[in-house]
Amino acid sequence: MSKVAPRPGDPRITPALVAEHGLNDDEFRRLVDMLGREPTFTELGIISALWSEHCSYKHSRALLKTLPTEGPQVLQGPGENAGVVSVGDGLAVAFKIESHNHPSAVEPYQGAATGAGGILRDVFTMGARPIAMLNSLRFGSLDSARARYLFAGVVKGIGDYGNCVGIPTVAGEIVFDDAYETNPLVNAMCVGVMKESELITAKAEGIGNPIIAVGARTGRDGIHGASFASEDLSEASDAKRPRVQVGDPFTEKLLLEASLELIRSGHIVAIQDMGAAGLTSSSAEMAERGEVGVTIDVSKVPVREQGMSPYEILLSESQERMLVVAKRGHEDDVAAILTRWDLTAAVIGEVIAEPVYRVTEGATVVAEFPGSRLVTDCPRYSPEAREGEEIIRLRGTDVASIAELPEENDPLWTLERMLSSPTIASKAWAYRQYDSTVRTNTVIGPGGDAAVLRLRGSNRAIAMKTDCNGRYVFLSPRNGARIAVCEAARNVACTGARPLAITNCLNFGNPKRPETFFQLSEAIAGIGEACRALGTPVTGGNVSLYNESPSGAVYPTPVIGMLGLIDDLAHVTRSTWSVDDDLIVLLGEPEGGLGGSEYLARIHGIVAGSPPDCDPNLECATIACLLECIRSGHVRSAHDCSDGGLAVALAECAVADCSKLVGAEIDLSVWHDVPARELLFNEAQARIVITVPETSLGAVAAIAIKHAVAPIGLGRVRVQSRDLVIKMDHKRTVTAPLDRLATAYHGAIPAIMDGSAESAAVLDQAAVTTV
Amino acid sequence: MKFGIVTFPGSNCDYDAYRAVVDQLGAEATYLWHKTEDLEGVDVVVLPGGFSYGDYLRAGAIARFSPIMRQVQEHARRGGPVLAICNGFQIACEAGLLPGALVRNAGMRFVSDAVYLRMENEGTMFTSQYEKDAVLRIPIAHGEGRYVADATTLTRLEDNGQVVFRYCDAGGSATDEANPNGSMRGIAGIVSAEGNVLGMMPHPERAVDPLLGPADGQLLFESLLARVAV
Repeated sequence: MSKVAPRPGDPRITPALVAEHGLNDDEFRRLVDMLGREPTFTELGIISALWSEHCSYKHSRALLKTLPTEGPQVLQGPGENAGVVSVGDGLAVAFKIESHNHPSAVEPYQGAATGAGGILRDVFTMGARPIAMLNSLRFGSLDSARARYLFAGVVKGIGDYGNCVGIPTVAGEIVFDDAYETNPLVNAMCVGVMKESELITAKAEGIGNPIIAVGARTGRDGIHGASFASEDLSEASDAKRPRVQVGDPFTEKLLLEASLELIRSGHIVAIQDMGAAGLTSSSAEMAERGEVGVTIDVSKVPVREQGMSPYEILLSESQERMLVVAKRGHEDDVAAILTRWDLTAAVIGEVIAEPVYRVTEGATVVAEFPGSRLVTDCPRYSPEAREGEEIIRLRGTDVASIAELPEENDPLWTLERMLSSPTIASKAWAYRQYDSTVRTNTVIGPGGDAAVLRLRGSNRAIAMKTDCNGRYVFLSPRNGARIAVCEAARNVACTGARPLAITNCLNFGNPKRPETFFQLSEAIAGIGEACRALGTPVTGGNVSLYNESPSGAVYPTPVIGMLGLIDDLAHVTRSTWSVDDDLIVLLGEPEGGLGGSEYLARIHGIVAGSPPDCDPNLECATIACLLECIRSGHVRSAHDCSDGGLAVALAECAVADCSKLVGAEIDLSVWHDVPARELLFNEAQARIVITVPETSLGAVAAIAIKHAVAPIGLGRVRVQSRDLVIKMDHKRTVTAPLDRLATAYHGAIPAIMDGSAESAAVLDQAAVTTV
Repeated sequence: MKFGIVTFPGSNCDYDAYRAVVDQLGAEATYLWHKTEDLEGVDVVVLPGGFSYGDYLRAGAIARFSPIMRQVQEHARRGGPVLAICNGFQIACEAGLLPGALVRNAGMRFVSDAVYLRMENEGTMFTSQYEKDAVLRIPIAHGEGRYVADATTLTRLEDNGQVVFRYCDAGGSATDEANPNGSMRGIAGIVSAEGNVLGMMPHPERAVDPLLGPADGQLLFESLLARVAV
């Protein structure tokens, strides 16, 4: 081991300084034991970042280990920059979802933009060319000025970044609920495609190989971003705005092209994004994976400003940077590729045989850790888990006895109010700001059940979607998490895709509270159950804890990013109706309760009751039934029945394509003894609304019975009709004019956002050119 | 018949143009790197969409100084066809190949959508295969696509038949509601006075494969093919 002495001018290591770095007493003792001495300021900074929740998963790792991660399709499971699955024809898909919640809460535009940038880099460092982005967003109610500001800023940030890099944003979800008022959730997912042979990992190998910093120069921005993301938000969070990084999508585009060229060139052995905790995390993780030592000389790192200390250089989260391990002797070849793209490359270190993680400043050693213990010695916590009394009480509420409002006498009033709920309404206001067609692969873009992108060089396509109903998870964590997985699976299946694998982003509150840790452990158990039943392994993801502020925690929100495979382009299926006289068939049961429903939240302002039960085996059967019907050529449209229940699903099939409204006649009179609101708005799971030509009815029924799924005829498509007509019983028929449904569905968000001062306030934000 | 597609740093629709030409048109295409001064004998130059140099100073303002632009201007002067799409249109205006300018959308926001266009002049080398008064559905994706020029220029463009595409509704009426970016007189695309440089904000290269939607851009490429084959 080398002699490591404090650098002149470094602050003294005091208990206060240690606490400021987020280390508790036990963690600090571990650090001293590991080193056999007091750490230097630089070493304390390194450990503060690596042992932050964001980098170390110290509260979640044991739980995550229970998830299924294997399957014949999996080429790369968790632990790398992104998961990779085989999709046939020698092609592979890399995909991952990641959170950028805390930065977006204090600086929505840059927070969201850099979230998009980070997840893009995670995918192209695997050797895959990004072909699509998705976003899962949660904000407070749009009645709140702050929620409108965050929503407008995040959407613009996502759009400006993705549009400039030239990767289409094709799907996602946006939910508005008071639970996210102070802690918005901004989760970004990226999907990329490569040949299986082009897969590369971030494992440092080859003693003597040079370590090269590539891309943008290192500045003082984003220092300690990882630690910031690992604490509750508070009044003081605004003061941590400088910890939010600044994105430059133009440099990202150059870095993307240069990195893919580097990977294909054969001059490098490993590449990793300098993301959270920057150079520190990327170099330590690459060394740990390769079981080698590394030495880094911070004085060789290209910097933006003079006088940066080793501490700052190591912890900077300046964007658009990569760390590369090249083959020895190929340094000039690497530099030539970067130069062609007007980017810099600097040799800053070396892979060494000595089992040590060493940082020097010129000839002086400023930090040194034995082996890879700075990664592996991080403590693991399994705190107490206990369900909150309040949740148990809420779940036990008898919601059927909640009195109807007088207006509900007219089901059309209720339906319009449901369709105009910002959570259900069309999100075109947001996705019209996203380029969704660049790279010319988008078969189904935003607004469908899931996005579908063709795979060039094959007759296949992939489908993708994110999903999670946080209200369900709040009321019933295990069941709610199962639903998140199954709904995502249903959504990709509705486009004709077989669910293949998932990535997840677990957004929770402070795990040190037993109620939160209970939610986390139950939700992970639920994800595992559903994934095992569906045969969709977890290939990676991200955990974001401490999504809480003095006013409380967010709903526990384990967002699922599902990938599906369509074997034949002829099977691609859309959600909207198109052919006159087609039969409308429900796969699944019409009846169910209202616990945890959008109806209760939207119409009554109540979050209570037991959410619908999710039986993963029934979900599998329903999906298998749907896919067999689609592959046999019987299905003209398919739409998942979820938020808002059957009435909302039917209305969406009728008016979601605003250029072509299509009516229908529906007959629900068989269930005349079920209360209307329960029949129309219950959110029972494992349900899909399909349309089939009359001639297919027999075949579809036979397939459904084979899968033990109930096929229930609901009515017929009426292309010429200007109404959605629903017969409730022999006395009552609801006639819903399509233009009124369309106005409710398509007009809701523009009516709030267009012309709002908060929305206008972000219009002049733009990516910073040079920092 | 060979298309040359210029790649500036930040171009991101160069690939789409390449695939449209090679896969859908069955013609030959090559990428032309912005730092070269050799057009490699191509017949048609495509200035593709994207964010050249990040569009940081002003869309297209830096790309016009790329070494290859001298050759593109020379090619245009000789009467060679130049198809300038989206960011390419912005670059062509900055480089003086086309009159007017493209400024921020009237609604201030980036707009991604499939819009209707009325084809106004079937007599150009880019539109000869379309039927008269054809209405096309073509994607747009831009933040700075509002076409502006002084009144004299606009009138001259209209009088000379240089306005090739105008935003319209599904029925072909050029209404204000159908104009997605506030372009003056609803202009979506124009040709140069000599007729060999077409600039347009919509993306015909994204509308050539029926799998992805209406293939109404296909005839634009076929028009070029027919012209050069003569």
